[in-house]
Amino acid sequence: MNIAIEKQDGSPDADLKCVFERPQALSDKPFHYCPGCSHGTYHRLIAEMIDEFGLLDKTVGICPVGCAVFAYEYFETDMIEASHGRAPAVATGVKRSLPDRFVFTYQGDGDLAAIGMGEIIHAAARGERITVFFVNNGIFGMTGGQMAPTTLIGQKTTTSVDGRDPRTTGQPIRVCELLSSIEGVAYLARVPLTSPKNINTCRKYMRKAIRAQLEDVGLGLVEVLSPCPVQWGMKPGDALHHIDESVVKAFPPGEIVDRVSATAK
Amino acid sequence: MLEQTVLAGFGGQGVLMMGKLLASAAMDEGLYASWLPSYGPEMRGGTANCIVVVSDEEIGSPVSDACDAIVVMNQPSLEKFESKVRPDGTLIINKSIVPVETTRKDVNAHYLEADDIAEKNCDANRSANVVMLGALQSVRQILKSDSVRRAIACSFKSKGQQVIDANLAAFAAGTNALRTEPIGPTR
Amino acid sequence: MPATKQLTKGNEALAMGAVAGGCDCFFGYPITPQNEVPEVLSYEMPKRGRVFVQAESEVASINMVYGAAAAGKRAMTSSSSPGISLMMEGVSYIACAELPCLIVNVMRGGPGLGSITPSQGDYFQACKGGGHGDYHCIVLAPWNVQEMYEFPALGFELADRYRCPAMILADGVLGAMMEPATIRDDDAPPDVPEKPWATSGRNGRNHKNIVNSLVIEPYGLRDHNLKLQAKYAKMQCETRWDTRHTDDAEILLVAYGIAARLALSACKLARKQGVNAGLLRPITLYPFPSDAIVECAAGKKRVLVVELSSGQMVEDVRLAINGKVPVDFYGEMGGVIPSPADICRKIMEAVQ
Repeated sequence: MNIAIEKQDGSPDADLKCVFERPQALSDKPFHYCPGCSHGTYHRLIAEMIDEFGLLDKTVGICPVGCAVFAYEYFETDMIEASHGRAPAVATGVKRSLPDRFVFTYQGDGDLAAIGMGEIIHAAARGERITVFFVNNGIFGMTGGQMAPTTLIGQKTTTSVDGRDPRTTGQPIRVCELLSSIEGVAYLARVPLTSPKNINTCRKYMRKAIRAQLEDVGLGLVEVLSPCPVQWGMKPGDALHHIDESVVKAFPPGEIVDRVSATAK
Repeated sequence: MLEQTVLAGFGGQGVLMMGKLLASAAMDEGLYASWLPSYGPEMRGGTANCIVVVSDEEIGSPVSDACDAIVVMNQPSLEKFESKVRPDGTLIINKSIVPVETTRKDVNAHYLEADDIAEKNCDANRSANVVMLGALQSVRQILKSDSVRRAIACSFKSKGQQVIDANLAAFAAGTNALRTEPIGPTR
Repeated sequence: MPATKQLTKGNEALAMGAVAGGCDCFFGYPITPQNEVPEVLSYEMPKRGRVFVQAESEVASINMVYGAAAAGKRAMTSSSSPGISLMMEGVSYIACAELPCLIVNVMRGGPGLGSITPSQGDYFQACKGGGHGDYHCIVLAPWNVQEMYEFPALGFELADRYRCPAMILADGVLGAMMEPATIRDDDAPPDVPEKPWATSGRNGRNHKNIVNSLVIEPYGLRDHNLKLQAKYAKMQCETRWDTRHTDDAEILLVAYGIAARLALSACKLARKQGVNAGLLRPITLYPFPSDAIVECAAGKKRVLVVELSSGQMVEDVRLAINGKVPVDFYGEMGGVIPSPADICRKIMEAVQ
């Protein structure tokens, strides 16, 4: 997309360069996400990657049920809306049918780590050549802030009003660590989306997760630690601090599995 | 013409194969045929059985509780199926391993030592099922013996000529085994 | 086209029928009594460069079907009653998203874990929705091994024509039994319509495609429902049925699938006893051949519906006949197969 940079009088200004614009793979539809949420940031990063790898024409994306249920509105690629948790199975159906396409799923923690745990584990076990963009905000956002498998111990939610009690509700599930024992997994990484630096790190991880598919290595997954200021009952800035101070202790950032670098062409 | 035959025995005695040979021979003659096995857990270790229906017109039910003939390879099968043969129907019983006779007085029961005959004729008792098939053929004569022989040759093709010959010999021995009058209670 | 007559097992015929019907992708999970279907396809599909995936569950299977169908492929799954129950959410999504696909249910006794013996207890589930919301599948009921072979192609064809899921409703007897069936020798691909709506990657297309079953705005969803209902109305012309000995019959039996086979034998027994009985067999259970039943029942003394259930299809027969002829019912449940003699007794009771 080319936006002409204009002077005040409306004539083109050849001295100014366009340095930031909407990626081609992102639609012009305004996001519906709450203020302070990082779904929009992650969407944009995915669209940037699709542009960077030149995949606009061969991408099929699978959206989840959850806050990102309308994600099909925001990408300019072919999109499928899956039922809750089943995006990895739908992606399997697409990728096996059309092995030369780039297939990604976009899933929240309720979708992937609760109802869809079976599908992600078995997609990983089969080594499906798909790329999973996983958003972990530790809560069921869309349905009103209920406890998720990823909710921190002591965290108050609408179904754990006195704080999550490990005696009755267990410990938070660390998806990347859980999947790391599976050999069909090519790449697993976790990063908080809390700062420009971390966003750049996220880009680096996403490139590898995409290459895991394009280079036929296996399943790639990038988990982003994302704020949910509305359901956490925090100001957006405080929510980001909360991730950097507390959430990362339960969900340590970094590359957990990397079989992509080793097989780099 | 409608002929309903149950073939029953232990799993491993080849009763399902016996049924397939019958159905194949019927198909070969351009007749309608259906073959229905018992399936599921009882396949392993317990009794195995199948029912074969042969007809010159479209077959309705593939099952029957008033069969024309029942081939009994072991004692549990006699107990389970002797009530399923129609009055004046045929029971063919493998005397080698069934030590008792049928309690039915209104059927034609034939007894032969299929395992012994098979062993004598073809060095192994594995073709006892085909011996029984021969006996059935000699009594019921619903199909042409040539069609059954062709079905045998076709079914054992992958196992080589030796196996085909052994089974054809077993079939012939079974056909001849009942050349005397029926033994045991008849109506 | 070249074909040979082979003694073929119902489930194997169904699998080979799927191959002949141009099935591109099969996804399934083991369950008795349909296991020969995935077993045969696990080698017949890959050797033709087609897709076979043994999924981790029926839930995953149907969602893989959803993905492959969205990608524009002929996709199918096969299961038996409890597994089909697990798929129902996915079937509802597929119906709403207007994707063509084929679902096979080789029915077994229920409810619950039930038994593995044949039953017809899933008629309501197959024909009246099963999953949530106002939708239908096209439902085909084979009654012999030849139809087990032919109906996958028919199912795919109808599914593509109406962009909806098609279901083959068979049962444990049809799956397990062998009969002579004419099986094609060649692999000539069938005609498959263009699918410009498929989410197969834009590949030069100037717009994106979306496959979706979410219509959050009530009037929008109402309009989408009206569109689906209009499609179901249009589908009524696909009704298929078959009759035997109905012209001179004083009693009309209505049965589908294996029950129709039993009923046909019962008709013959009744005729030997001096009662002219005839059979009408619905081949499509949805759309249901209501008009054909009304026409065929006209002037008959009674109608007897036979099912391996507590009485499910009988409701549709009664709705169709609307009191014009008395409708009796005979059914067995739990995997019990009534004998033709049992059904014949019911015929005699009905006409006396």
